[in-house]
Amino acid sequence: MGKHVLLVEDEINIIEAIQFLLSREGWKVDTHSDGATAVDKVRAMKPDLVVLDYMLPGKNGIDILTELRADPEFTRLPILMLTARGQGRDRELAERAGVSRFMTKPFSNTEVMTAVRDLVQLAQ
Amino acid sequence: MISVNQLLGVSLVYVAFLFAIAFFAERASIRGKGSWLRSPTVYTLSLSIYCTAWTFYGAVGYAARSGMEFVTIYLGPSLVMIGWWWVLRKLVRIGRAQRATSVADLISARYGKSNLLAIVVTVMAVIGVTPYIALQLQSVTLSLSIFSETGQPDSLSQQTAAFWVAGGLVLFTVLFGTRNLNANERHDGVVIAIAVEAVVKLVALLAVGIFVVWGIAGGIGPMMERIDNSSIGEWSMDRSRWAALTMLSAAAFLALPRMFQVMVVENEDERHLQIASWAFPLYLMLMSLFVVPIAVVGLDILPAGSNPDLFVLTVPLAEGQGGLATLSFLGGFSSATSMVIVATLALSTMVSNHVVMPVWLSTQAEGAQVSGDVRNVVILARRASILMIIFFGYIYYRLSGGGAALAAIGLISFVGVAQFLPAMLGGIFWRGATRWGALTGLLVGFAVWVFSSLLPSFGPDAVLSAAVFEQGIGGLPWLRPQALFGIEGIDPTVHAMVWSLSLNTAVFIAVSLVTFPTPLERLQGAQFVNIFDHSTQARGWDAALATSEDLMIMAQRILGPADALALFRAEAQRQGLTGHLPEPTQGFLQTLERELAGSVGSATAHAMISQLVGGTSVSVEDLMAVADESAQILEYSNRLEAKSAELSRTARQLREANQKLTALSVQKDAFLGQISHELRTPMTSIRSFSEILRDTDKLDQADKTKYASIIHGETIRLTRLLDDLLDLSVLENGQVSLNLEHGNLHAVIERALLSAGGAHTTPLRIDHVGADTDVPLCTDLDRLRQVFINLITNAQKYCTAAEPSLTVTVLQHNGGLQVVFHDNGTPIPADARALIFEKFSRINDKDGSGAGLGLAICREIMARLGGDITYESRADGNAFIVHLPGQVALAAQ
Repeated sequence: MGKHVLLVEDEINIIEAIQFLLSREGWKVDTHSDGATAVDKVRAMKPDLVVLDYMLPGKNGIDILTELRADPEFTRLPILMLTARGQGRDRELAERAGVSRFMTKPFSNTEVMTAVRDLVQLAQ
Repeated sequence: MISVNQLLGVSLVYVAFLFAIAFFAERASIRGKGSWLRSPTVYTLSLSIYCTAWTFYGAVGYAARSGMEFVTIYLGPSLVMIGWWWVLRKLVRIGRAQRATSVADLISARYGKSNLLAIVVTVMAVIGVTPYIALQLQSVTLSLSIFSETGQPDSLSQQTAAFWVAGGLVLFTVLFGTRNLNANERHDGVVIAIAVEAVVKLVALLAVGIFVVWGIAGGIGPMMERIDNSSIGEWSMDRSRWAALTMLSAAAFLALPRMFQVMVVENEDERHLQIASWAFPLYLMLMSLFVVPIAVVGLDILPAGSNPDLFVLTVPLAEGQGGLATLSFLGGFSSATSMVIVATLALSTMVSNHVVMPVWLSTQAEGAQVSGDVRNVVILARRASILMIIFFGYIYYRLSGGGAALAAIGLISFVGVAQFLPAMLGGIFWRGATRWGALTGLLVGFAVWVFSSLLPSFGPDAVLSAAVFEQGIGGLPWLRPQALFGIEGIDPTVHAMVWSLSLNTAVFIAVSLVTFPTPLERLQGAQFVNIFDHSTQARGWDAALATSEDLMIMAQRILGPADALALFRAEAQRQGLTGHLPEPTQGFLQTLERELAGSVGSATAHAMISQLVGGTSVSVEDLMAVADESAQILEYSNRLEAKSAELSRTARQLREANQKLTALSVQKDAFLGQISHELRTPMTSIRSFSEILRDTDKLDQADKTKYASIIHGETIRLTRLLDDLLDLSVLENGQVSLNLEHGNLHAVIERALLSAGGAHTTPLRIDHVGADTDVPLCTDLDRLRQVFINLITNAQKYCTAAEPSLTVTVLQHNGGLQVVFHDNGTPIPADARALIFEKFSRINDKDGSGAGLGLAICREIMARLGGDITYESRADGNAFIVHLPGQVALAAQ
């Protein structure tokens, strides 16, 4: 398939895990761990999908999401948000900001991969 | 020549005639046929008691001694009557509205019915008027002595005569002044008698004057020549004395108790004042018309050394005019008696009402206050007061030796009673005037008067020693009675007047400004100052429509327009009238009063209605009730205010508690979010990699090992996190028990370095300064070591320098100790410094191994140990400073 994924996450072990899972299925994976420059990174790379952590240094996931959705180019970009905060309010905030799928850590590998596949198919 | 006996006979007949007039006037008045007694003419003539024997005899003497200055005594009252007519009208209106019976009553009523003030005014009035009464006795006895066989004043017979004259005056005053008790303190008989006397004295003086001008001088022309050639013609005016005396006589005219009696108390109709305002100055002008001619002729034809005070008598006698001299004597006699009678009457009212009665009532059981009882006591008190006052006058006459010039004695009295003026005028024009202002002003003015005028009048060494006159009290030159504050060379009368009145006024104003009036004083102040707004002299009670309208306006203000209109319309319909204005019948007024009482209280409602309808002003009882109501309302509102303050305090506390709870709740949410994040993050890795290991068949050994060690590392991280959280929770809840031990600070640091184990595994170079010094201390050594380990591992983790180093130094500071951990890493950004000791704050946490709880735990531990931990940014790195308090260090020594 060769689709292009940008993974915005600051926990190295989680980056390692997700990167392993995606590359194994033939995805091209780029990683980025700074929240403050995440939007620029998306603009520059124009990925097919963004996996976005909620808590990032510099700027949190909701703000990044809001900023991306404000850009006409990315209104339909599939964005999967992951959070470890596990609070109902966060899901609400993310959905209002226009998230494509919201998932609470810890997730099962199958769950993540299914979500990623669904999102990319839906976008096509 | 007329003998003294003949003269006494004439006097007796004249007195009998006065008795008869007074008696018939009283009878007519009681029968209700006395309206003629209360005409403007009688009112104007009664005012002439201002002209006493002093003016009758003394004016001529004054002119002979001091030229035209005597005019000031007439000028003051005339100016008041003409120019200050409106002040008099206000005074009369207030006096009548308040039913004031005397000056004392008026002043006390104004200042909240203060009995203390009434007593002070009464005592001052008695003392102030005493010289005046003595003056009358003196003038009558002097004039009698002229007719005696020897023609020379004989001191013994004079004193006897003075005694009998005093006795006669007591008798007349008692008979006509206290025959009955009238609620309004009016005395028809007395007033008509003094009106007759006013005519007699005017006729007598005019007769002597006409005789002098046309009988002796030979007409107006020659008379004017004589005047021009006399010493009086050469008289030059002393401006300051002229102005001061004019002012003084004006003040006395307003403040003299006897003037208040005839002008206000005996006033039947306010409109009489309008006529008196021109008629009385005219009377005064006639009285003064022939003063100068009589004085000039007297000086011309009588031997040098003759008493000029008696020229009115001696000039006709010298010309052999016995009949004219007798008439003149009667004129003088009239002047003296009318003044004494009215003055005594006024004073006795004050003494009995304000001194005797309160004392008597306070000694009585309540049951004894039956009206008949009180009546007799009042009459008895009046009579005793009359006797006492005239006796005082007699004593003063004896003490002062009867030698002083008449005018001089009169002026002493004038200055004395003028002290009432600031309190009176202040009271009717200034709402800010207070009881204490009036009281202190009066007392100060009075004291100055007694010292600078009354006591000196007895002469040196009589009361005040000559030394006091020369050197002042206690040798203080500024306390000389006739040169107060060292100001010399002023005429004694002007001196006494200026000092007493100006100090009186100044104290009155100053004290009024710094004291606060009582509610009743406020009400009375408003009643007095705004008398023309409140009283209803001009409004007729028969004008029912106007009254209804007024009632309507008042009701609208209190009940609101709609309710008031409904009430009035309903009543009008009930009365069978069209429109909305009913007749103000008794029943309606009662209904209205009830309605108003619901809003403003019954006393106020009653006072308001009676003001509009009754024509009477508000009574003292009404005012008291109003004051009580106001006080109650005030108290109620104070309570409400206190309640509302309490409520708002509670509300504020609740708001603060709520804010605190909200903040706590936000903190709790943030904390839970953080905990969740810290727990879920390693779990995510563990789950993900364990699934990978489970589900992936073709993993090489290296990957397997790598993923297993990740899982291993993350479980350690989780365990450490749980340990930290529990530790922090224990510390924060204060459940931690400290294990106090003695030890050496450097040994603790050394062990921490070992535990951190960094010295050989990381590139961080650690320099422990003074490691072998002994710094004893007593604290929980394990906990302190935990803090040190934390700081050391932080330095190991986060020090980013190329050659990382950490220096540990111990400092003595203010009796305590400081352990400084100084690394050479990049200083923490300024905006993050405030947060580093907060939970879950991870600055520069590259590998994510820390939960951000370490420094928070350190801070909690140091707080438990009684110390603190702070951060300082240094030019070459970061410094964490552990502060140990004095007692930790000292305990070991």
